[in-house]
Amino acid sequence: MEWSLKEDLRDCLVAAAPYGGPIALLKNNARKEKSPGVRPLLEIYSASGLLLASIPWKSGQLVQLGWTASEDLLCIQEDGTILVYNLFCEFKRHFSMGNEVLQNHVLEAKVFHTEYGTGVAILTGAHRFSLTTNIDDLKLRRMPEVPGLQKPPSCWAVLSQDRVTIILLAVGQDLYLLDNTSCSVVTPPGMSPSAGAYLQMAVSFNYRCLALFTDTGYIWMGLATLKEKLCEFNSSIRSPPKQMVWCMRPQSRQRAVVVAWDRQLMVVGNSTEFVLDEDSYLVPELDGVRILSRTSHEFLHEIPEASQEIFKIASMAPGALLLEAQKEYEAASFGKCFIDKFPAESFVHMCQDLRVLNAIRDYQIGIPLTFTQYKRLTIEVLLDRLVLRRLYPLAIRICEYLRLSEIQGVSRILAHWACYKVRRQLGGWPSRSLGWGWGRSGWAVVLLEYEPRSGEQVPLLLKMKRSKLALSKAIESGDTDLVYTVVLLLKNELNRGTFFMTLQNQPVALSLYRQFCKHQERETLKDLYNQDDNHQELGNFHVHSSYSEKRIEGRVGALQNALDEYYKAKNEFAAKATEDQIKLLRLQRHLQEDFDKPYLDLSLHDTVSNLILDGHHKRAEQLYREFKIPDKRYWWLKISALANRGDWEEMEKFSKSKKSPIGYLPFVEISVKHHNRYEAKKYAPRVTPEQRVKAFVLVGDLDQAADAAIEHKNETEMNFVLSKCTASTDAAVAEKLNRARAQLLKK
Amino acid sequence: MAAHLSSGRVNLTALREAGRRELREFLDKCAGSKAIVWDEYLTGPFGLIAQYSLLKEHEVEKMFTLKPGRLPQADVKNIIFFVRPKLELMDIITDNVLREDRGRSPQRDFHILFVPRRSLLCEQWLKEQGVLGSFIHREQYSLDLIPFDGDLLSMESESAFKECYLESDQTSLYHAAKGLMTLQALYGTIPQIFGKGECARHVANMMIRMKREFPGSQNSIFPVFDTLLLLDRNVDLLTPLATQLTYEGLIDEIYGIQNTYVKLPPEKFAPKKQGEGGKDLPTEPKKLQLNSAEELYAEIRDKNFNAVGSVLSKKAKIISAAFEERHHAKTVGEIKQFVSQLPHMQAARSSLANHTSIAELIKDITTSEDFFDNLTVEQEFMSGIDTDKVNNYIEDCIAQKHPLIKILRLVCLQSVCNSGLKQKVLDHYKREILQTYGYEHILTLNNLEKAGLLKPQTSGRNNYPTIRKTLRLWMDDVNEQNPNDISYVYSGYAPLSVRLAQLLARPGWRSIEEVLKMLPGPHFEERQQLPTGLQKKRQHGENRVTLVFFLGGVTYAEIAALRFLSQMEDGGTEYIIATTKLINGTSWIKSLMEKLEPAPF
Repeated sequence: MEWSLKEDLRDCLVAAAPYGGPIALLKNNARKEKSPGVRPLLEIYSASGLLLASIPWKSGQLVQLGWTASEDLLCIQEDGTILVYNLFCEFKRHFSMGNEVLQNHVLEAKVFHTEYGTGVAILTGAHRFSLTTNIDDLKLRRMPEVPGLQKPPSCWAVLSQDRVTIILLAVGQDLYLLDNTSCSVVTPPGMSPSAGAYLQMAVSFNYRCLALFTDTGYIWMGLATLKEKLCEFNSSIRSPPKQMVWCMRPQSRQRAVVVAWDRQLMVVGNSTEFVLDEDSYLVPELDGVRILSRTSHEFLHEIPEASQEIFKIASMAPGALLLEAQKEYEAASFGKCFIDKFPAESFVHMCQDLRVLNAIRDYQIGIPLTFTQYKRLTIEVLLDRLVLRRLYPLAIRICEYLRLSEIQGVSRILAHWACYKVRRQLGGWPSRSLGWGWGRSGWAVVLLEYEPRSGEQVPLLLKMKRSKLALSKAIESGDTDLVYTVVLLLKNELNRGTFFMTLQNQPVALSLYRQFCKHQERETLKDLYNQDDNHQELGNFHVHSSYSEKRIEGRVGALQNALDEYYKAKNEFAAKATEDQIKLLRLQRHLQEDFDKPYLDLSLHDTVSNLILDGHHKRAEQLYREFKIPDKRYWWLKISALANRGDWEEMEKFSKSKKSPIGYLPFVEISVKHHNRYEAKKYAPRVTPEQRVKAFVLVGDLDQAADAAIEHKNETEMNFVLSKCTASTDAAVAEKLNRARAQLLKK
Repeated sequence: MAAHLSSGRVNLTALREAGRRELREFLDKCAGSKAIVWDEYLTGPFGLIAQYSLLKEHEVEKMFTLKPGRLPQADVKNIIFFVRPKLELMDIITDNVLREDRGRSPQRDFHILFVPRRSLLCEQWLKEQGVLGSFIHREQYSLDLIPFDGDLLSMESESAFKECYLESDQTSLYHAAKGLMTLQALYGTIPQIFGKGECARHVANMMIRMKREFPGSQNSIFPVFDTLLLLDRNVDLLTPLATQLTYEGLIDEIYGIQNTYVKLPPEKFAPKKQGEGGKDLPTEPKKLQLNSAEELYAEIRDKNFNAVGSVLSKKAKIISAAFEERHHAKTVGEIKQFVSQLPHMQAARSSLANHTSIAELIKDITTSEDFFDNLTVEQEFMSGIDTDKVNNYIEDCIAQKHPLIKILRLVCLQSVCNSGLKQKVLDHYKREILQTYGYEHILTLNNLEKAGLLKPQTSGRNNYPTIRKTLRLWMDDVNEQNPNDISYVYSGYAPLSVRLAQLLARPGWRSIEEVLKMLPGPHFEERQQLPTGLQKKRQHGENRVTLVFFLGGVTYAEIAALRFLSQMEDGGTEYIIATTKLINGTSWIKSLMEKLEPAPF
């Protein structure tokens, strides 16, 4: 080991990540009382003992360290807060295991890995268990209570069976199984009745096997389902072991448990004993056990049959012969010649894999993966881990060596590297100088992804000719100016068809472009509407353009187009209205010619009104019928025009032509408005009783108004008339009203 | 000079100061004498930030209005264009620059100040015209939210509603989000954001995104605002259509308030000098600034107009009593004291005279029969009477060719109060309008339909009664003199938008989920994380401060209603109001109208 530890491992909190992962040490954690001034120190080493980072621990009291599947360090505090750090002791985030844990404190904690991700199980001071199966999607589960549990269990473990996470715990001679809802007592099959109290338990890497150690030195090994015993063994060591872990290969039938005491290591299964020179720490792996100590880091595993055959003393197996031959000729591929039809590919792959493994096992890198582990981990994950360790050059060389695709390999790693560099050098400000000029626009684009300010991102993407990406980025930003800029650039860059198609897929850009066209190039607007068969808007477009036509034929032509589009849009109303408009325009042209007066572009109302003003009653009548002007409106229109013209005679004639659809109050009003009380008075008696008071007041006949109000026995009306009376001239009327009102109030 | 901005709970002087600072910095960049060429639209809003004196101090010697052709002669070193980033304006600037006499000496330097934002598009445009290189400084002046009063901010973006709801152009929303970011930079991160409507959602999204874009700049200012409420105007299309009945609202309805100024007919303001009565009446309109700096105006602006008269006569008595004091002043000391109060008293007297005149002008209109009839119909619609058939009054108004905007307001109001009109009714109105006012208005009608103001009842169900009842939009027992509910601002109708704000504060929107679903667009809540040190520990009895942002415009009556809520003793919330534009029904409908002018044949 590269490290030079002064402390004993037993005095540290230790956590080593599986798959040859890093080792975290927390020094001085337990020595609070002895040297209160010394802060605990958190250190992270590679598996070869190279120091990656260290920080003084300033947060709360730590109970347990553990690694996540993505090699983040979990620091579990006494109060249930879990702080997450990366490989380089950089704080990432923190979360809490809930109030119950906060109140009762963490007694013990275990970090475990299942198909759901990395989980944490907590034993609280109240002897209750809380757990989460995935810290990235935090859902806290509080396990049921163990009845009558007064002291902490002597040992416990997290099991995962059929996608359910459960807890197995031992109290004295009893074993309890806790699942989501219940607590049950279990007995392992074939357990000797005199075995004694449980001291230690171990679950295999794949959760399939379970080992139990009791205070008589007895070891039970079986399936974790507790349905079958595999074997038992008596170690004749009664003291509690420090650690007990399984050591087995995934496919092998051989099963062994490694039990460690302070100075002794026992492999149960083939019962070998080793003496330990110094205190050690066991790290269970997929296919064996890593044994860490101050000076060494060893890997204990079952020897595969093939290797056994090669290295057995005096072995004559082909492999052993080949090894001898290789020593003579120094050719790794020597044996290949002896085999017919051996697939060259798998030979090449094997060589590549071995080279990769040799490279990463180098102590400078310090990832001691076995072949089995490497295959399980996959090359992608391995590359990620190299990136995590900021070993970019090695990662890139591996990608190139394995000929991985750019996106999967080199580009991705470069992007990571660039981000890391940029973050470091510019203190959080991504820079464009780094992004541009490298000639590798692919990864510059990737790098730009990390540029959060769209104002910087979009122009650079444009420079790199990634206009479509620039467009979606611009839209994302909400900055319409950016969108416009990209749209107009795209317009020059693409042919019209492609340009329109691009816009079709980006409604935001499309509506902005429409706006642009409205002001700058109206004809394009038509093409845009045509493309999506928007007949309503096409109709509107033609109406709009009809107004810039300088000749009436042009106007009518454009309106005709509008009419057609409105029909296509099934907008009957607009079509009919436009038809009427054309009809009116044509009529107005005739009128203009006939009377040599401007009629064009007057509204129908004004046209008819002008005709009446000029005394062309017949023509007015004709328009009224042709355009089906409602009677009420026509009457209003006509009397206003007649009053304007001062043609009172015609107005009276008209009032008698038939019963007025608007009543006769308007006649009174309009005459009064033109200061003709004389005419107004003619109509006042014809006004309906309800409006008569108002009519008489308007014509200034307060006496009649008073009579009408008195007749209606309507106090409001009486007050209204009273308010119009002046003391000097209308005293009699006022008195009449007052009397009537008084009478009314009496009743 | 800007005392009215610091009168409220949030000191908006800081915002104005930031604006002035930015302007000074820019002006000083262009060393030497200057002339400013104004995009005319900007002069009003700029006036609220800086007077001419500030410009003068920084060597601005001349000011011109932007128009095509050769720039006026002016012996200055710098020509600065103050413009909105619009392509039409870039064309004019290009023309100006190209016509500049190259032979003149010394040469004049050109600069552009984009308001509120520098635009790549415009610069690209200028580049294509070959004039971009002529500009030495091209900068932006982020005048997004302009302080109008101690509790009022506006972007004065006239076309914001049309752009957002008709043309799907969300430029103004981007500016709104930027404005909110500036506000947060000055007044702290707003921890809670509520919103209702598509545009509100978009603005909130952009704010969150913009915050992410500057992760380095941790805001360490203690937050002044507790809550931001973003409201889409199209959530409440009803309110602006109704005639505002507060004093300020009526001034705006009748005369139109522009950037806090109103122009009034001069007759009533003739100086009353004895012996000269009626001789030379002024012909120029009387221009008055209206804001809370004027004590009397601050008191009456938000009252129902019917309650204004009594205040004015009470004031008149107090002031004449104060002037009477002089007869009691005997000693030199007493006279001195009286004289020292004189300027204040004279200001109060002239203020009173002005508002008495305005109130008389308004009263002439509000007591007219037509105003009464119009209001009656509005109120019938809002209280749900006869909204489903053709209305006689509207028909008569069309027949007499009353102003088109008045007709459109009424028809839209009826449509909104009926969740759309029956196809037959709608078509009838449309036909009447086209025949009377001209077929060119078919595009205006189409715009109103697109904006949802005018529509056929498609679902066959009228949701308005449910909304009206649940939100208590119609109050029969309204008290105009001593109001106890916001409905006083429309003499019975409580503005929907303000009701939403009121219910959000208490008891929360959860209580009106059903109605919220009937209104257009999503409603949402976002939280912005504050560093622990900045989290508020509220004093007992301390009010919360809520910024209500109306996307698409707000009326003075709505502002009055929110001010009423701020002043309620047990209200618990004080409101600051922001908007894209101060509107009334008329200016709003006008902004949606298609201006078609026929080419002369």
